Amino acid sequence: MTAVSKVHQYLKSLLLLELLKGLSLTWRYLFRPKFTIRYPEEKTPQGHRFRGLHALRRYPNGEERCIACKLCEAVCPALAITIEAEPRDDGTRRTTRYDIDLTKCIFCGFCEESCPVDSIVETRIFEYHGEKRGDLLMTKDDLLAVGDRWEKQIAADRKKDALYR
Amino acid sequence: MMDSLIAFAWILGKSLLVIGPLLLVVAYYTFAERKIIGYIQVRMGPNRVGPQGWLQPIADAAKLAFKEITIPAGANKVLFIMAPILSMGAAIAAWAVVPFNDGWVLADLNAGLLYILAMTSLGVYGVIIAGWASNSKYALLGALRSAAQIVAYEIAMGFALVAVLMTSSSLNLSDIVRAQEGNVFTWFWLPLLPMFFVYVIAGVAETNRSPFDVAEGESEIVAGFHVEYSGMPFSVFFIAEYANMVLICVLSAVMFLGGWLSPFPESWVGEGILASGFHWFVFKVAMFMFMFLWLRATFPRYRYDQIMRLGWKVFIPLTIIWIVVVGIAVMAEIPPWFDKL
Repeated sequence: MTAVSKVHQYLKSLLLLELLKGLSLTWRYLFRPKFTIRYPEEKTPQGHRFRGLHALRRYPNGEERCIACKLCEAVCPALAITIEAEPRDDGTRRTTRYDIDLTKCIFCGFCEESCPVDSIVETRIFEYHGEKRGDLLMTKDDLLAVGDRWEKQIAADRKKDALYR
Repeated sequence: MMDSLIAFAWILGKSLLVIGPLLLVVAYYTFAERKIIGYIQVRMGPNRVGPQGWLQPIADAAKLAFKEITIPAGANKVLFIMAPILSMGAAIAAWAVVPFNDGWVLADLNAGLLYILAMTSLGVYGVIIAGWASNSKYALLGALRSAAQIVAYEIAMGFALVAVLMTSSSLNLSDIVRAQEGNVFTWFWLPLLPMFFVYVIAGVAETNRSPFDVAEGESEIVAGFHVEYSGMPFSVFFIAEYANMVLICVLSAVMFLGGWLSPFPESWVGEGILASGFHWFVFKVAMFMFMFLWLRATFPRYRYDQIMRLGWKVFIPLTIIWIVVVGIAVMAEIPPWFDKL
């Protein structure tokens, strides 16, 4: 180390230059606009591909879409989906049981990707809760009910995404 | 008998007049800390309890007051309970000699500076006893670190104060402030500039505040000396720590920034808001208090050996040399600072 750089180094540490640099940085940050979202009053924007609570959809004529192909059950990495199926009286194949255990689900969206008839979908709903563990086991009726309630939103979101599929 | 009772009540009343606002300041200092550090980290800090979070410290206090006090099975019960009381007692007792304004002082001791040094050193006993009585490794390690650190910095701090008392030729805090009368350049920060920095930094170290908070370094020893404390004893430690911080701020303001004195010469400002008074004292103390939080938000924790190096190998030699310099200056009676004798 040369004498000049030694003196330079000494002055730098004596006058606490680096520390003052740090302080000036935090001082500037003090006045920055804050990132905080005041949650229940303010919310972050949601994309149309948001993966929240699941729903089972119906066709416009009221017939349920799911044909019990069990692709979602097979693809589910968390093994959260349980399906049982039987032929109906009119000869079509439909589920008799369609359960999603939300305590297992990792919200990866594979079920939705795998579905050939756009039946199982993930909605934008993320504010839900269960008070007992069983409350988060969604049965077929629960899922269909969610689908019926939010069909408008679900259909709009699928339409937006159709361009890219 | 009646006379002494009245005198006692009068003293008690005056003490409460200091302790009450002090506790309030401490409560809102914790709030200010969370808010300011939050702001520096580009978030908002507590803003849920009450308007803009202003009732947060009240909620915290209520929560702590109603929490269960757990005493570890292997702990020494008497000492375990005594430690926080000792810390708090020392932290509050020191306020007796603080001059808030001309004549606004509980006990106008002529050895006030000595009393302050004694009281601030007593606080460390609370920490050490807490660490030992908890019967926990982490607590003991924290107490040991704290003891070593405070011993190192107490000396530098004491020497810095020796320079102040040489310059003002008084141990009475009010007289020290009066010796700085004039304007911002006759205050002691200028002639004692290195001592000013040493005092403030040693003060940060002395109160175990970041960046010198190895005594409770969360990443290494959980919470240091107060790992085993909960509920009220914990909050007493907490109050003591913050009361000590405020005390250090007050002392820095009194001894180096002229306490209640106005920074402008009297001939300029006359009787207005700019004249000397309690508000200047509050302003200066608030400045230091902000600085404490600013430092915490900015710097990472010192490594332990670096703390020791700074204390023993930088501050103590520096203060000793500066005491000699001040001694020469006093002998030569250099105005406007050193001609007080």
